[in-house]
Amino acid sequence: MNRKWFALALSAVMVSGLAACGGSAAPAASTAPAAESTKTESTAAESTAAVESAAPESEVTVEGTTSTLNIYCWNEEFKTRLEDHYPGYEKIDATHGKIGDVAVSFNITPNTDNAYQNNLDTTLLNMDSAPADSKIDMFLVEADYALKYVDTEYTMNVKDLGITDEDISKQYKYTQDIVTDSNGNLKGLSWQGCPGVLIYSRDVAKDVFGTDDPEAVQEYVKDWDTFAATADTLKEKGYQVMSSVNDSYRVFSNNVSGKWVQDGKIVVDPSIVNWVEDSKALVDKEETGTHALWSDDWNKGFYPDGKVFCYFGPAWMIDFSMAADTEGSIANAGGWAATVGPQGFFWGGTWICAAKDTDNADLIKDIMLKLTTDDEIMTDIVKQDNDFVNNKPVMEAMAQDETYGDAVLGGQNALAMFCEGADKIDLSNLSSYDQGCNEEFQNAMKNYFEGGMSYEEALDLFYKAVVEKYPELTY
Amino acid sequence: MNRVKRGKVVRYNRWGYIFLIPFFAVYVVFQLIPLCSTIYNSFFENYRSGLTQIGPNFVGLGNYQKLLSNGDIWQYFKNTMIMWIMGFVPQILVSLLLGAWFSDPSLRLKGQRFFKTVIYLPNLIMASAFSMLFFTLFADTGPVNSILIQTGVISKAYKFMSHIWSTRTLVAFMNFIMWFGNTTILLMAGMLGIDSSLYEAAQVDGATATQIFYRITLPLLRPILIYVMVTSLIGGLQMFDVPQILTNGTGDPGRSSMTLIMFLNKHLYSKNYGMGGALSVLLFIITGVLSLIVFKFSGDSGKDQIPRRRRHD
Repeated sequence: MNRKWFALALSAVMVSGLAACGGSAAPAASTAPAAESTKTESTAAESTAAVESAAPESEVTVEGTTSTLNIYCWNEEFKTRLEDHYPGYEKIDATHGKIGDVAVSFNITPNTDNAYQNNLDTTLLNMDSAPADSKIDMFLVEADYALKYVDTEYTMNVKDLGITDEDISKQYKYTQDIVTDSNGNLKGLSWQGCPGVLIYSRDVAKDVFGTDDPEAVQEYVKDWDTFAATADTLKEKGYQVMSSVNDSYRVFSNNVSGKWVQDGKIVVDPSIVNWVEDSKALVDKEETGTHALWSDDWNKGFYPDGKVFCYFGPAWMIDFSMAADTEGSIANAGGWAATVGPQGFFWGGTWICAAKDTDNADLIKDIMLKLTTDDEIMTDIVKQDNDFVNNKPVMEAMAQDETYGDAVLGGQNALAMFCEGADKIDLSNLSSYDQGCNEEFQNAMKNYFEGGMSYEEALDLFYKAVVEKYPELTY
Repeated sequence: MNRVKRGKVVRYNRWGYIFLIPFFAVYVVFQLIPLCSTIYNSFFENYRSGLTQIGPNFVGLGNYQKLLSNGDIWQYFKNTMIMWIMGFVPQILVSLLLGAWFSDPSLRLKGQRFFKTVIYLPNLIMASAFSMLFFTLFADTGPVNSILIQTGVISKAYKFMSHIWSTRTLVAFMNFIMWFGNTTILLMAGMLGIDSSLYEAAQVDGATATQIFYRITLPLLRPILIYVMVTSLIGGLQMFDVPQILTNGTGDPGRSSMTLIMFLNKHLYSKNYGMGGALSVLLFIITGVLSLIVFKFSGDSGKDQIPRRRRHD
């Protein structure tokens, strides 16, 4: 009899354990997010550790701290900025630190396959039930999807943190426009500005044009017609004008005359149609490739063997993405130079947002003030990381500083160019659908460029993919 | 005496039920409830736009109508089947051949264990890692292209991922490599289960090796073949990770390598449980129907050839 009860108890325990596991999972969706997260794990091994450890460890109290500041981001960039430039930050391990009596915990989820936003969405939506110490306090967003978060109640008004208009008066206007919600409230701040330039290889320029002087090279790329003619010249010498057609996409998509979505309808802007036409011509003449940005094929141009003339990018790309740390890359040898290019544009940028109900509002305020308004710290960021900081007077002073030069650009001080670009950035045509539309448009047009489809078919494919992502839209 | 005995039987039965509880609990929680809620969800408009939840609003068969009306789903079904067949046909042929060799004692193959392990190895690698590897190998500037160019086979890089049939072939080839070891081992087990006296009798009667294979091995292997076919079909319909990673989730060129599950995955960007549910239900029906067809088709015609004894196990 005893044994029977024992067995019953055992099976009861087993069943209840299983039931508890099953109860919390959303039934229909449970399989797919799991598949997604496995993929993320395989793509970025180092960050997996962060993802896995984040949940339990955020509850672990670091010795001598009273609360935890949880920061959600998708790469190491902000973490290094905080480690290197925030006074009083003590690093504990790869994803943990300490500021005074507050423990800092980073939850790093890579952007791949939308994993970062999926993670952030879930966290924000479940915020009310989370305990104070594991509650999200601060998160970072990019321009392409900033509005998705800014236009909700989940982000805190910067004014409510105690930051005044005067505090942020030196910032570039456009960096504030991006994170202003539909009611005119400013919801985030950025330490960087991201005006883009044309980054070209000095060696290729010398070989083809006989000079690597930015002003002389600018003459060869001053508008899109000249750019196309230059591409022909480069082809004769065996060089590709850009690594991929997608390199110039931002330049066109930032100069649109209307939003992607107007009254619930998807609208393809004339400027984007121009990109398609120009790109198709380049691809047909085999003057550039069609691979996705960040792919291995795209990266080849960072090395002399890639035989790529130029990339389009902002300051963070020059310092952060062009393999400057790798021996043998063009960036490592200081072989790039910057010039204005055919059209001004901006690309990316990272904004700091405070989550509503944070228990560390004062600290967030201080981090925002230090990193995005403090002249001294921001000057340091420029000098040490070659970032373009969001502080007009500092940047203008640095642009005049003859001792400053970016090693990747062979010592060139390109800041004046960036300053000029930053003043011109106009973001009135941003929408919360930009990320999905931009990605899918490039994916779909790849088929047209490679000849597998007509333009109309590719456009149809684009509409289809966007409606899958945003079912409320029509075309 | 009799009563006591019967009581014991009943009590043993009860133990049986108790020990079945874990299985049923797992089945109910992880299979039955999700299945029912998927069907339930498929009748609702229910997705997220940004951080705003839309629905659930009851729309009846609206989701099904939307899915079936534009006909894309049949294109994706066709893609899935094409890639499955392209992988399955060579897989079953090679597996049969290897299985026959491995199970034939008269060949006295050396290093059998080693080769059995080696052919199974690709299956141990995660499909996504395998796919990533092929993606890199066959990239426009990848090693395969540089070898082909340097040996003078082609003059400029062949874009494997930009042509319909090269992409499909790569997917099929990966599935073939990953699964032929598994199939070989299943078929070999089936072949070793065949009574060796049948082979001896055939040899005594002067049958050739080919005759033995077609007249004895294949007919007796039918139950295992059906099993392999059905499981492979179901696995094939659920094909996802290999093409997803190889094409970066786009199913390019022009969605010609997009499978049904990749299409399902597309709806999860917006947490679209309604459309996702409807697609899952359709997939469930398709899988069921196809499995029944395979089962019926191969089961009926084999009635006479399969010895009664074997059909019971």
